[in-house]
Amino acid sequence: MQIEASVPQAVPSDPSVDLNQVRSIIQEFKTLPGAMLPVLHAIQDALGHVPPSVVPLIADELNLSRAEVHGVISFYHHFRQQPAGRHIVQICRAEACQAVGADALVAHAKAALGCDFHGTSSDGQFTLEPVYCLGQCACGPNMQIDDDLHARVSNDKFNRVLRAKRGVQ
Amino acid sequence: MSALNTPVTIYVPRDSTALALGADQVAAAIAQQAAQRGISINLVRNGSRGMFWLEPLVEVATAAGRIGYGPVESDDVAALFDAGFLSGAQHSSALGLVEEIPYLKKQERLTFARVGITDPLSLPDYLAHEGYAGLRRALGMSGAELVQEVLDSGLRGRGGAAFPTGIKWKTVAATSAKQKYIVCNADEGDSGTFSDRMVMEDDPFMLIEGMTIAALAVGATRGYIYVRSEYPHAIAVLNQAIATANSAGYLGDNILGSASSFHLEVRKGAGAYICGEETALLESLEGKRGVVRAKPPLPAIEGLFGKPTVINNVISLASVPIILARGAAFYKNYGMGRSLGTLPMQLAGNIRRGGLVEKAFGVTLRELLQDFGGGTASGKPIRAVQVGGPLGPYLPPLLFDTKLDYEAMAAVGGMLGHGGIVVFDDSVDMAKQARYAMEFCAVESCGKCTPCRIGSTRGVEVIDKIVAGESHVVVQQIKLLRDLCDTMVNGSLCAMGSMTPLPVLSALDHFPEDFGKGQLGQAA
Repeated sequence: MQIEASVPQAVPSDPSVDLNQVRSIIQEFKTLPGAMLPVLHAIQDALGHVPPSVVPLIADELNLSRAEVHGVISFYHHFRQQPAGRHIVQICRAEACQAVGADALVAHAKAALGCDFHGTSSDGQFTLEPVYCLGQCACGPNMQIDDDLHARVSNDKFNRVLRAKRGVQ
Repeated sequence: MSALNTPVTIYVPRDSTALALGADQVAAAIAQQAAQRGISINLVRNGSRGMFWLEPLVEVATAAGRIGYGPVESDDVAALFDAGFLSGAQHSSALGLVEEIPYLKKQERLTFARVGITDPLSLPDYLAHEGYAGLRRALGMSGAELVQEVLDSGLRGRGGAAFPTGIKWKTVAATSAKQKYIVCNADEGDSGTFSDRMVMEDDPFMLIEGMTIAALAVGATRGYIYVRSEYPHAIAVLNQAIATANSAGYLGDNILGSASSFHLEVRKGAGAYICGEETALLESLEGKRGVVRAKPPLPAIEGLFGKPTVINNVISLASVPIILARGAAFYKNYGMGRSLGTLPMQLAGNIRRGGLVEKAFGVTLRELLQDFGGGTASGKPIRAVQVGGPLGPYLPPLLFDTKLDYEAMAAVGGMLGHGGIVVFDDSVDMAKQARYAMEFCAVESCGKCTPCRIGSTRGVEVIDKIVAGESHVVVQQIKLLRDLCDTMVNGSLCAMGSMTPLPVLSALDHFPEDFGKGQLGQAA
C-alpha cells in the first residue's frame, strides 16, 4: 500500500477531455474480441486524438498495463496523441505517386501550409500527414482531406481544394 | 406508353477513384439537368470498369447496349443532354459501346466479371448476375468436397506468397477445434495496387460470398475483414453490404435455412504496412502491436485468438464464388503451368491508360505496358517498372518480354506479388528509389528482428554515402550495401526485411549508372 501511494501520478489530469464520454466509448466496445483497435478508433473519431490522459482508463477497462496500451497507440501511424488541425491533409508518398511527381507536390504542400509532415498550419486549419498509398495509383499524385479523395493533384488543384475547404467552414 | 415515359438508366461510378476525379459532382449535375428538363431518369451508382483514364465514365443504357462517355466533368453535363446522350448520341466524349472498348474487350474477367456493371450495394443486381450461385452449390456439398473443389481449381493465394489456397483450407478443416475463423487480409498496402479496393467498393457481396464458402469448407462460424484505415470508402461499402446480407439471410445464423452459420465483421487497421503480413495482421486483430509471429505454428493451426484460422487475401477469397459456380475445371482452364486462373493486374504510376486488367496468367509485361497501358503518361520512354509492390524489384525494358506467371517472374529475379505494376519514365533516379525502399522499411519495420529494424536504417546511411561519395568510398560502400542486403535477405523473420533488398539490388544491378558521381557507378 505504501509503495502504491508513493507512485507519482504518471498522467496529469487533462480538463479538456471528458473522461465520462471516453468511459462510455470504452464500455461500448470492450466486449469485442480484440477490442483495443476498435476502442482507440472510436476515441480518436470522437476526440480527434487519443490523449495520454485516457491511457489509464483503457488499461483498467481492458485489463492491460498502461505500457501495453501506450505500446499499441505508438505502434500505429494512424493514432495521434496530440490534437490535430481541423482537417487532416494526407499526401501519398508511395512509388506510384512518386512516378508522377508526388515529391514536388509534397514540397509545394509544405511551403503552402508552412509546416512539415505531422505539423499544423499556423491558422490551425490543416495538419499535413504523409500516407503510404490511398489505392488510387492509376491517377496520381493523390491526396485525401478528411475522407475526401483527390486524384491527379497539381499544385493549382491543391490550392483550389484547400481554398474550398476553408470556404465551407 | 411512349419511350419518353420510360426512364433511361444512367450509370455514374461510385468507386473511390471515380469520386476522386469528381464523379459525385457529375452525378449531381446529371440529376439536376434531368430535373430541369423534366426528364425522368434512373441514376445508378455502379462500380468502376477500371479504365481510370476515362473516369468519371458515364454510361447510358440503350437498346444496343451501354454507351460510354468519358472522362466527363460536371461542366460537360448540360452539353451532353443537349447532344442527346440519353439516346446514345454522338459527342466529343462519346466512346461507343463500353464492352467494345479494346482495353476491356481484350480482358478475361472472371473475378471482375460484375465489377463496373452492377450497383455494388444492390443484392438483386448481384443475384441477377450469377451472384450467390457459388454459395447455393456449396450448401449442397460437404466441407471436404468444397476443399477439394478449391484444390482442383489450382487457386493460389493472390496476396503475394502464392501458397495454394486449398492446402490452407484443408489444414484448417482437419483441425478439431470448436471455434475456427476466416480472416480476410484486406490490408492492401502495396503501392500500385487497387484490385482489393475495387472488389470491396465495387462488388462487396462477392467477397462476402467467398468468405462464407470458406467458412462452410472448414467449419468456421466467425470471420473478420481487416481493412486498412486508408480505405474509408471500402469500409463503408462493406459494412452496408454485410448488413444487407445479414438481413437477407445470406449471413448470420442458419444461412439460407441451412444448419450453417457465419458471422462477419469489418475491422479497421491503423496505418501499419506490416499488418499486411498475415501473422502481424492477426496480432493486430487481437488488439496488439502488429508484430510478426515466428512460424510455426501456422495460422491454420494456431491463428486468431490461438484458434485454427484461414487467412486469405481479398482476391483469393473473391475468386472462390466463380470456382464454385462454374466448377474447378472451368477456372483452371485459364493460365499456364502452375499459375492457373486469372490475375487482376493493376497498371499504375506514370502510365497513359492506367487501370485494372484481369487476364489469364501468361500475358507479358510488354503487352500490358504497351497494348493496354499505351506507354507513359509523360510521353517519355519507360525506364523501369516495379512489379509486385514496394518489395518487388525494378525491372528494365530488357525484361519486358517476361511472362507474368509466378515461376517465369521468379526466373528473372522478379515477383508477381499482388499484381501491381508501377511505371517510371526516364526521369527516375534509381539511387533515390533504392534509398526510398530502405527508408520505407525503416519506417514500417515492426522491429521484432534486427536485420530488418537496423539493417534498413543502415541501408539508408550507406546509400547516402554512395550517392555523395568519391570513387574509393563508392566501391567500398557498394560492397557494404550488398553485404547488408545479404544479411537482411537471410536473417529477417518475414518478407518485409527479407525482400526490401530486392528493389535495392535490382536498382544497383540494372541501373548502376545512377549510383555514385559520374562514371563511378560502374563499381556497382
